[in-house]
Amino acid sequence: MGNIVTRYGDGTVLELSEEELMEDLQRGSQDAAERGQIDPLAQSELEHIRDIFKCPFRFLSVEPGNEVILTYDAGTLKIRRVGVNVDRIQALQIYEKIMGADTMELNHVDYSYKPVKPIITMEQPILEQALLVTHIPLFYGAQPNLGLYSQPDGPFPNPGELMPMGKIKEAQQSYEASVAHLVADIVSAGSAMYESGADGINLDTTGAAGDADFLAALLATEKLKAKYPDICIQMGMAGEFVLGMHSELTYKGERLAGMYPHQQVKMAEAAGATMFGPVINTNTNESAPWNLARTVTYTKACGEVAQIPVHANMGMGVGGVTVNDHPPMDIVSRSSKAIVEICRLDGL
Amino acid sequence: MGDPFAMAITHAHASGMGGMRGAGDLVARVQMTRGMRIEQAKAYVAEKLKVAISDLTDPVIMGEVRQDLNLGIMTPLPGCAKGIEAKFNIAQVLDIDINCVKRFAGRTTIS
Repeated sequence: MGNIVTRYGDGTVLELSEEELMEDLQRGSQDAAERGQIDPLAQSELEHIRDIFKCPFRFLSVEPGNEVILTYDAGTLKIRRVGVNVDRIQALQIYEKIMGADTMELNHVDYSYKPVKPIITMEQPILEQALLVTHIPLFYGAQPNLGLYSQPDGPFPNPGELMPMGKIKEAQQSYEASVAHLVADIVSAGSAMYESGADGINLDTTGAAGDADFLAALLATEKLKAKYPDICIQMGMAGEFVLGMHSELTYKGERLAGMYPHQQVKMAEAAGATMFGPVINTNTNESAPWNLARTVTYTKACGEVAQIPVHANMGMGVGGVTVNDHPPMDIVSRSSKAIVEICRLDGL
Repeated sequence: MGDPFAMAITHAHASGMGGMRGAGDLVARVQMTRGMRIEQAKAYVAEKLKVAISDLTDPVIMGEVRQDLNLGIMTPLPGCAKGIEAKFNIAQVLDIDINCVKRFAGRTTIS
């Protein structure tokens, strides 16, 4: 008979005994340790997460003094997505003055660098006006989204169609050609927004299309940093594991496919990124404790080796947060507290 | 993804620095411009503002500090620095470059 009320990774309610809770925490941490070849959480850390889940309150927070900086992806889009009809400058002000945001991000609804490039001159004046009336640092952000460069959305043959036909080399060549175009688009749009005064450029959901997507983000970061040495670039990932869709791409001599967060952050640093956002995906079939222990294990390893600020992604479906459009605050606040208190984090 | 109540508001209460209610925006600027990690960034801002690190998330103390230094406040009183005006002061007090402040100065006759 369970007596600790928690949830599955999809948000549905689950009741666990204390023994079952500890077992899930151990299994989650062990899963991350084995996959990432990193240390599992110590017994004291598992017990700290256990105590967080045992606490009966609907909302938990970090102790005073442990607060961290919050950055946002798809910032202004989240106001539009829930059907609140304000423009983007108003959305930035709502976050700044009403929602306690430390930073904020301006973005377009078509949240990828390829579609924003041709309309960038319409984006620049919005940012320039927003910067006159806001106080907190403003990022401009979008996703690399390499998938937009293959047919039917882009010019290059679709690797997803080539690979089942055994055309592996052709698929790899398509990825390589796409990388060059994506880098050019990120550098073009990123340069324009930086020259309009953006405090930072956010590359969100990096690696969503695999190792080639990650490589493009790294190369674009390198180019932007060379062009503007003072630019702040935040690189947020798409998942805990870089998919080897090409499989042989390297950066600074390191193979990108198969990298976990503690390895990804070293690539981001080498490219010149200012901040890094690791992502750990939520498994809906497992419990929230399992997912959170797994997230903390990966993220702790990342924070320990990082030389740059680490802002863990804690949105819907990642970072121990349930996969649901309306994540329950009992899980979000527990995840927020646990990851900040156990990992060496600089922000979320 | 995730609605703002679930994500932005919950994280802000659970572990955020409170933005302009405290010194969250200022610590963020130091992270972004100097690449400092959180402990170092908090210490840097506290020293520049001449407050304790624990004061940085206190809305009562920081409200007064921000008003005294004209760094922008939550409730914009008549005559206080707002928006870009406040960011000129933030750049000077924290001794950092703020991109839009530099560009504002470059586009006007004040530089």
